[in-house]
Amino acid sequence: MLCGALLPLFLFVFPLWNITLEAPQYPIPLGMDIYINDFADANPHDIKNINLMNHYVGMKYIPDAIPEFKIFPAGIIITSIIGLILAFKGRYKWFLGWFIFMVLLSSAGLYDFYLWEHDYGHNLDPKAIMKFTNPDGSVMGFQPPLFGSKDILNFKAHSYPQLGAYFLGLGMLCQLAAYFVGKREAKPINAK
Amino acid sequence: MRNRIKTTFIASLVVLLAASCNNAGKSADSGALASNVAEKVYVAPGEHDEFYAFVSGGFSGQLAVYGLPSGRLFKVIPVFSQDAEKAWGYNEETKPMLNTSHGFIPWDDSHHPDISQTNGELDGRWVFINGNNTPRIAKIDLTTFETTEIIEIPNSAGNHSSSFVTENTEYVVAGTRFSVPIPQQDMSIKEYKGNFKGSLSFVSVDPEEGHMDVAFQILMPGFDYDLAHPGRGASHGWMFFSTYNSEESHTLMEVNASQNDKDFIAAVNWKKAEEYIKEGKFKTMPANYAHNVYDESTHMATSTMKKEVRILDASELPGLVYLLPTPKSPHGCDVDPTGEYIVGNGKLSADLTVHSFSKMIQAIEGEKFDGEAYGIPILKFEDVLAGTVSQAGLGPLHTEFDGKGNGYTTFFISSEVVKWKVGTWEVIDRKPTYYSVGHLMIPGGNSRKPFGKYVLAMNKITKDRYLPTGPEVTQSAQLYDISGEKMELLLDFPTVGEPHYAAGIPADIIKANSKKIFKLEENKHPYGVQSDAGVRIERNGNEVRIYMTMIRSHFNPDNIEGIKVGDKVYFHVTNLEQDYDVPHGISIIGANTSELLIMPGQTETFVWEPKQVGVWPFYCTDFCSALHQEMQGYVRVSPASSDTPLTWSLGED
Repeated sequence: MLCGALLPLFLFVFPLWNITLEAPQYPIPLGMDIYINDFADANPHDIKNINLMNHYVGMKYIPDAIPEFKIFPAGIIITSIIGLILAFKGRYKWFLGWFIFMVLLSSAGLYDFYLWEHDYGHNLDPKAIMKFTNPDGSVMGFQPPLFGSKDILNFKAHSYPQLGAYFLGLGMLCQLAAYFVGKREAKPINAK
Repeated sequence: MRNRIKTTFIASLVVLLAASCNNAGKSADSGALASNVAEKVYVAPGEHDEFYAFVSGGFSGQLAVYGLPSGRLFKVIPVFSQDAEKAWGYNEETKPMLNTSHGFIPWDDSHHPDISQTNGELDGRWVFINGNNTPRIAKIDLTTFETTEIIEIPNSAGNHSSSFVTENTEYVVAGTRFSVPIPQQDMSIKEYKGNFKGSLSFVSVDPEEGHMDVAFQILMPGFDYDLAHPGRGASHGWMFFSTYNSEESHTLMEVNASQNDKDFIAAVNWKKAEEYIKEGKFKTMPANYAHNVYDESTHMATSTMKKEVRILDASELPGLVYLLPTPKSPHGCDVDPTGEYIVGNGKLSADLTVHSFSKMIQAIEGEKFDGEAYGIPILKFEDVLAGTVSQAGLGPLHTEFDGKGNGYTTFFISSEVVKWKVGTWEVIDRKPTYYSVGHLMIPGGNSRKPFGKYVLAMNKITKDRYLPTGPEVTQSAQLYDISGEKMELLLDFPTVGEPHYAAGIPADIIKANSKKIFKLEENKHPYGVQSDAGVRIERNGNEVRIYMTMIRSHFNPDNIEGIKVGDKVYFHVTNLEQDYDVPHGISIIGANTSELLIMPGQTETFVWEPKQVGVWPFYCTDFCSALHQEMQGYVRVSPASSDTPLTWSLGED
């Protein structure tokens, strides 16, 4: 349980997610690491160069900061503290509760990420330099995939979780394991 | 009749078949051979060459960067000559680089590139190259492949025996080809003998920043100092210069300077020179020479005039210089990788003379001298001779070594490269060149560790070798594979200017250091701006300074009004890009100068003095992006008497 509560804190060290854009004229692909509290260049100046590319199709600049950068870290710290308290004081049944809580929170985070991506890829400047349409005539969007790889015009976009996300997942699995271990240990006591 | 026709038909068919079989056999043979050679120089699209070759441009004044073995040209680095393509010597930042004691000089004759060394091996930090005509040495930084420093050499004329570096790049050397009055004065040319002097300059190189300084000059008799090479290993601390015109003639030199059976190789003990400097045995002579430094953080050059130089007189200071008699006006003066052998390429002879460093030291210690010239001891030819490569060809010029015990010498008159064995002096192989070869280059040739896979021969004449281009045809370089016992001609490629000499280095030593961009936050240009927030225009009398930015795909500002006829308008343009290979260019109608070609993060400046009222466009000159054609702007020029307010904007309707 202790591990479970502490592992998500690695999110402050390692990126949560990464989006990489590949194209022939970028032998070193453009990449952006998404941290719990920041957007960072995979290689120096990548975000600036992604913005420069994207302004041709009217996409907004990737902001320096978004409100989530304050909410998410707070959420992680609070859940970790709760986890810690549970680890020392709590009963195993609460471990399951914490796990479910974390699953819900992570899902909400992912959904939020999806909404941002959708807005980023579809809410285009009407004065965009280049306008593309889908075969059905609708305005083409440039939303990167939530998870996986996708061709967007001349780029191939990859979006995958990073070390931070794996630590979060591992932490949650620890919780679940702690619940089952706790449950098995609890049974003989109950039987006495 | 029918039978006869039939027989004839069959017979001719047989002949035809036989002939075609024969043809097929022949073409298959030569085809296989040709493709074999082609494969050795074929570098597939997207692949990199194994070596960089820095090939001087001779009378072009520049330095070209090629890949070997492909012979592909990557860049022409402007050094001593103005280059409108790169704004070198045209923009305000680099004009000071071409300043000299004679004022601004837009051209020179660049001859001998040499790569910096540490412990006798190529370190790939800088290339040095000499300017022949107005004596100078330039330094090219191998992180940016740009000329970052030029120092003028005082008391010199025809800076030919230059710019060879010592084992730890302690010095770059610069010897005068032409002896002159030192200091310069008004005197009769007929008084040459005994009055004209040569000077051998030792230019120190700061080990950290690479800044050059004329540490001292050695005053020499009035011979012509032709080429030089440093000692290495045991002979580290010595520099060897070939000389001709020991006759001290001043006219009809082709005859008068070819009378003595032997001229000299001058062996200079520069460690001894350092001691004399420490002991204060130098004279300080007033001088006037330019030292031009380009600062990568300000993206600007400054030129400083230096006013004195330290002189050591070889005639007065014992142990500083010894003369090694060498037959027939030696041209190239080359030292083998061990430092033991010094080759004098007697250009009017068929032989190569090889001196021994250890025998030279013995002779000096035994004080076995054969007279003196102006107080400088002459050693006995037989005492210092290691051997002779006899009858190897006609007109030997230059020798390089492969590090496997072989020397390779060019023969100008007989147009060939000859391979010979160091120690036994026997000729192993010879291959023709097309035509009249000058220098040759093995990567690492002037070091303890040559990379003896290829030799590049550089030819002065090509005649019929390529498609003709009128009376002026290209010069060329030829690549030979020297990995086997026999040399094999692989490739023959045209060059920029005269490929006088070259320096080669394995690409792996330098390619990772090559910069991709200049960091915007490190841009300290006094008129540069870090972002669009700094964009502005300032007027001071008729001097107008535009602080402009450029990024895909617009200029900021792109509409400017309030400029007047008679103004002097400075376009200070900063490229805000921070992406690899996204330069932008700029020029405007009627600018009496070149375009600017500005790398990411860099600031450059051109001056425009509008002479006509109107609205004049400017645009990006380097195809930068999909919207390159839209990257443009306008400047409104009003009459000198007008009161149009100074305004600037971007994206305002």
